[in-house]
Amino acid sequence: MQRIGVFVCHCGTNIAATVDVKAVAEALGHEPGVVISQDYQYMCSESGQELVKNAIREQKLTGVVICSCSPRMHENTFRKAAASAGLNPYLVEIANIREQCSWIHKEVANATDKAIILGKAAVAKVHLNTPLNSMESPVVKRALVIGGGIAGIQTALDIAEAGFDVDIVEKQPTIGGKMAQIDKTFPTLDCAACILTPKMVEASQNERITIHSFSEVEDVKGFVGNFTVKIRKKARFVDETKCTGCGLCTEKCPMKKVPNEFNLGLDNRSAIYIPFAQAVPKVATIDPNYCMMMKTGKCGVCSKVCSVGAIDYKQQDTIIEQQYGAIVVATGFNPINLDKYDEFAYNQCPDVVTSLELERLMNAAGPNGGTLLRPSDKSHPHTIVFVQCVGSRCDDEKGKPYCSKICCMYTAKHAMLIREKYPDTEVYVFYIDVRTPGKNFDEFYRRAVEQYNVHYIKGMVGKVTPKSDGKIDVQASDLLANEQLHIDADMVVLAAAIEPDKTARPLATMLTTQMDTNDFFTEAHPKLRPVESATAGIFLSGACQGPKDIPETVAQGSAAAAKAIGLLCKNSITCNPCVAHSDELMCNGCSSCEKVCPYGAITYIDKEFRMPDRTTKVRRVASVNPAVCQGCGACTVACPSGAMDLNGFSNSQIMAEVDAICK
Amino acid sequence: MQVNENFEPVIVAFCCNWCSYAGADLSGTNRLNYPSNVKIIRVPCSCRVNPMFILRAFQKGADGVIICGCHPGDCHYTSGNYFTRRRITLLYSMLDFLGIERNRTRLEWVSAAEGAKFAATMEQFTADVKALGPNRRLEDLRCRKQ
Amino acid sequence: MQEAMIKRAKELLADGSVDRVIGWKRGEFAYDMTPAVFTSAEELDSEFIFDDFTSANVSKYLVKETAKEGKILAFLKPCDTYSFNQLIKEHRIDRDKVYVIGIPGGPKLDIEKIKAKGITGILSVKNEDYTLKIETLYGEETMPFSEAILDKCASCKSKKHVVYDELIGEDGDVLDSNRFDMVEKLENMTAQERFDFWRDQLSKCIRCNACRNVCPACTCENCVFDNPKSGIDNKAPADSFEENMFHIIRAFHVAGRCTDCGECSRVCPQHIPLHLLNRKFIKDINELYGEYQAGADTTSRAPLNTYTKDDCEPSIVHERGVE
Repeated sequence: MQRIGVFVCHCGTNIAATVDVKAVAEALGHEPGVVISQDYQYMCSESGQELVKNAIREQKLTGVVICSCSPRMHENTFRKAAASAGLNPYLVEIANIREQCSWIHKEVANATDKAIILGKAAVAKVHLNTPLNSMESPVVKRALVIGGGIAGIQTALDIAEAGFDVDIVEKQPTIGGKMAQIDKTFPTLDCAACILTPKMVEASQNERITIHSFSEVEDVKGFVGNFTVKIRKKARFVDETKCTGCGLCTEKCPMKKVPNEFNLGLDNRSAIYIPFAQAVPKVATIDPNYCMMMKTGKCGVCSKVCSVGAIDYKQQDTIIEQQYGAIVVATGFNPINLDKYDEFAYNQCPDVVTSLELERLMNAAGPNGGTLLRPSDKSHPHTIVFVQCVGSRCDDEKGKPYCSKICCMYTAKHAMLIREKYPDTEVYVFYIDVRTPGKNFDEFYRRAVEQYNVHYIKGMVGKVTPKSDGKIDVQASDLLANEQLHIDADMVVLAAAIEPDKTARPLATMLTTQMDTNDFFTEAHPKLRPVESATAGIFLSGACQGPKDIPETVAQGSAAAAKAIGLLCKNSITCNPCVAHSDELMCNGCSSCEKVCPYGAITYIDKEFRMPDRTTKVRRVASVNPAVCQGCGACTVACPSGAMDLNGFSNSQIMAEVDAICK
Repeated sequence: MQVNENFEPVIVAFCCNWCSYAGADLSGTNRLNYPSNVKIIRVPCSCRVNPMFILRAFQKGADGVIICGCHPGDCHYTSGNYFTRRRITLLYSMLDFLGIERNRTRLEWVSAAEGAKFAATMEQFTADVKALGPNRRLEDLRCRKQ
Repeated sequence: MQEAMIKRAKELLADGSVDRVIGWKRGEFAYDMTPAVFTSAEELDSEFIFDDFTSANVSKYLVKETAKEGKILAFLKPCDTYSFNQLIKEHRIDRDKVYVIGIPGGPKLDIEKIKAKGITGILSVKNEDYTLKIETLYGEETMPFSEAILDKCASCKSKKHVVYDELIGEDGDVLDSNRFDMVEKLENMTAQERFDFWRDQLSKCIRCNACRNVCPACTCENCVFDNPKSGIDNKAPADSFEENMFHIIRAFHVAGRCTDCGECSRVCPQHIPLHLLNRKFIKDINELYGEYQAGADTTSRAPLNTYTKDDCEPSIVHERGVE
C-alpha cells in the first residue's frame, strides 16, 4: 500500500500570491494513497527539508511529491533530503507550480485549479515510481587530445602535469597547428615560434605525453570514463623510431617541385620533407604522390643517404586501439576557401593573398626569408590594401554568419609591422567595424592608427581588378566620407573568415557530441559549462568551439584540461539510473531499438528461457548497458512490444500523468 | 463553426527536459503569460513520446496535444528529435486520415532560450483548439452509428 | 502445379534435406484452405493442397517452426517472400532452418465474393478457363473468375520472389499496382467524410484479434496489448482505450515493417478494410521519405528507424490533401 506525502511550497509569495496553496494541499490530501499533505513557506529551506524528512520517517512514506519550483531547480535538493531520511531518492516527484503555473497565470482560481491538476499528475506518477540505484562505472586514467595545435598542446601539458597519461593525435606530420605558421602575435608583437616551440618540445619530452603525429581518430566507442578509440597511424614511409631528423634526405631528394603546405603553397618542398625546422616529432615524411620511388620504382636516393636506414617504402597504415577516460577535442580552424570570391581576384592575381599567407610572406622562415615581397615579381610593395570581413558576418551562402573575431586584431598587427619595417609603404584597411574587446587590444589598434598612420577606412571593397602594369585597382566606398575610392595597390590582403576544420563534423558524429549550424562544437552550457560538450567525458579546447585568439585558446585549453583532470581523478563515476531496460520475457530481439540508439548501448544476447512445459528455449533478446545508456528513450518507442522501457519515465508513469491531466 | 466562448480545452504538452521544458521555465521566469489550459508533461527527449501517449490523451478527453523538443540538430541526445519528427509526422498524418481535425495536433521546436516562443506557441495552439470545440471524434471512433 | 510441389517435397524429405514441409490442407469446407505442416510422403499425398484458395501467407508460421529442431521446406508465393524477408531482418526466422521454394502467386479467390452472388451450400469450386464452375447442394452455378478474386490479389504489388532457394514455375516482376487508389480517394474526402467512413468501419470490430494473429509483422512474443507494464493493457471493460485505439496503434507498430500482404483484411470476419490503414502509412513513407518496400531486402533500415536531417516537418500534414 502506497503512503505518499505531498508538500506544497509557498516560495514566499512567488507561488502563494497566485496559487491558493492551502487549497492545493487540501485537494491533494484526498488523492488515493496520500497520507499527509502540507504546505510550507520555503520547502527548499533547511526547515522545509526537515519537514519532508520527518514526514518520511514518521509516516513511513513510500513516495514524496513536492509542489514547488521547476525540477530543474531543486529536484536534486529534495532527492538528497529523501535519501538522508532513508527513502530512495527516485521516489520523489516534483510538480512545477511556480515557473509553469504561479508565474504565468494571473487569476488565483485558474492557477489553483492548474496547480491541483499538476499535483495530481505527480501523485499519479509517484504511485508507479520504483526505487532506482545508481551504478558505478570505473574511470580509465588516460586522456586523449584530438588535435596538436596550441590548444591541444596546452591541454595535454596540463593533464600530464597533473599526473595522468595523455595521448595527442595530430593529423599533420608535426604538432604546432596554425600557431606554428604565424609570424608575430598581437598585442605584444612577440614571435609566435619563440613562445610555441618550447611548448612543443616540452610536450614531446614529457614522459606522460604520447604524440601520434600523422594520425587520425578512426572510431570511438564507449562512454565517459571508458572510451575505446581506434587511431589510424598513417604510413609516413619513414621509421619514426629510427629517423634522427638530420634532414639529409630532404636535401638530396631530386623531386623538389612539391607545393609546400606549411608555406601555403608559396614555395616548394621536396617529396620527402620535414614541415619546418622545429617540427615535433622531427621526423621526415615521404609524400607518396610525388616520390619518384613510390611512383616509378626508380630513385631510392633518400634510402641510400639515410645513415640509420629509416626509409621504408613498404610501410603500411597501422591501427592503434587504446582506452581513455576522457577525450578533449582541439581540432581547430582553417581560413575559408576563397574560390567563390571572384570580386577580390584571389584566384586571378598572385598578389592578392590571405592574411595567413601574409604571415608566411613576412616570416623569417617563409618563402622570402622574412622580406615582404610581392609573390608575382618579388618586388617591394608600396601600397597595401587590407580587406576585412571576407566571408565573415555574411548573410549569403558564400560566407559565414558569424564574426571570425581575430581578424581585426591581426590586421592591426600586420599593418603596424609593415609600417614599422617599411615606413615608405602606405597601408589601407577597409573595415565594417573594428572590434577590439580584450586586454590591451584597443590600445593596440589605436597605436596602429595614431602612431603608425595606418589608413582605416570604414567601407566595403567592391571590386579588386589586376591591371596590365602589375598594379591592382581596388574599388571601394568610404562610408564616412560618402564617396567612391580607387586605390592603386601593389598587394591586397584578404582577412578570410575562419571555419572549423573539416574533420570536426565526422568526429562529432563519432563522439555523439553536438555541433551548431556552422560546425563549431556546442558547449554543454553557453555560460556555465563552456568547455564541456553535452556528452559526458568529452571536452572542448580552442577554436573548434568557436573563433578564438591565442590567449583565449590557451585559457580554454587549460580549462578543458582542468575538467578532464577532475574526471580522471575519480576512481569511478556515478551513472544516471534513469536508463532504458528491456523486459527479456517481452523482447523479440527484432533489433529496432538498437537501430535508434545514439550511443550503441544496446546489444543482443542469446538467452535461455525455461518454458512452462519445463523445456528450455534460446531466444535473442536486447540487453542495455546501463553505463552507456543516457536515457533518451528513443528505443522505447521503436519497440513494438513495449519490452523496452525507461526508468523514471516509464510508459505506465507517463500514461498515468496523461490520465491525471485529462480526467 | 460555432465557437463556444466558455469552452476551456484540455491541452497536453509533452516537453523535452533539455530544451522545451527549460523554455517553458524561462517563459515562467520572464512572467510571459499563456493559457492555463496547457499542462506540461516532462519527458527526457521528444523521442520518448510514444504515439500511444497522444492517443491516450485524446481518448481520455484532451482536446489538443502538442509536442515540443529541441530544434533539429540541437538534440541533447544527438538524434532523438529526428526520430520524433518522422514518427509524429506519420502519426499526425494518420490522425488526419481518420478524420481528426489537424489543428488538434502540433509539434514545435522550442529551445531553452525561447521562452517567448513557448508562450506564443501555447497561446496560438490553445486558441486554435478552442476554435475547434471539444474533441469528441477520437473518443467516438468506435461508437456504433446512431 | 500441386503435383510438382508434392513431388519435390517428397524428394527433399526422402534425401533428408528437410524434416518438415509447410503448405496448405483442406479445412472444413472445400474452399477453406489452412496452412499445415507435413512430415511424411503419405501426408503430402493425401492432404497437401495448392489451388485457387491457398491464399494464406505461411511465412509467419516459420517463426515457431524454425524455433524447433530440424529444417523445414516452405512454399512461398511472391507476396509471402516479402514477409519472410522482413522476418529474417527482424531476426524472427532462422534462415538456415528453412528451404524456400518459390511458387507462382495468385490471383487467389475470395469465397465471400462468390457467396455475395447469392450462391450458398458450396461444395466445390473449379476454375475452367477463367470461369468458375461452382458445385452446390442445389446444383451447379457459374461466375467469371475475375469477379471472385481477393482484393489483396486485385491490387497485387509484385510477382517477383525476393528470396528463394529454388523456384517452381516462372519468376515475375514488381508490378505497377493501383494499390493506393482507395487511400487516395479517402484523402480527397473531407475530414468529416473520412471520420464517418472510419467510424462506420471500425465500429464493426469485435476485437477478435484475427488481424493481429494473422499479421506477419505481429510476431511479438507478447503483444503490447497483453503487456501489463505497457500502461495500455486493460482487460477490464471500464477502460475503452485499448478498444478504441487498437487498430491505430497496431497500424503504427507495423508502419515501416508491413509488407502490404493484405492478410489482415482477408481474415477480418467483419470485412473491415484494415489494410487501408497500413497502406496509408506506406504511401506516406513513400511520398515523404522515399520509396520503401518492407521485406524487399534484409539489410535496409526501416524508415522509422532512420532519418535524414532534411526530413519534412509534421506541418506538412496541413499542406496536403483535404481538411
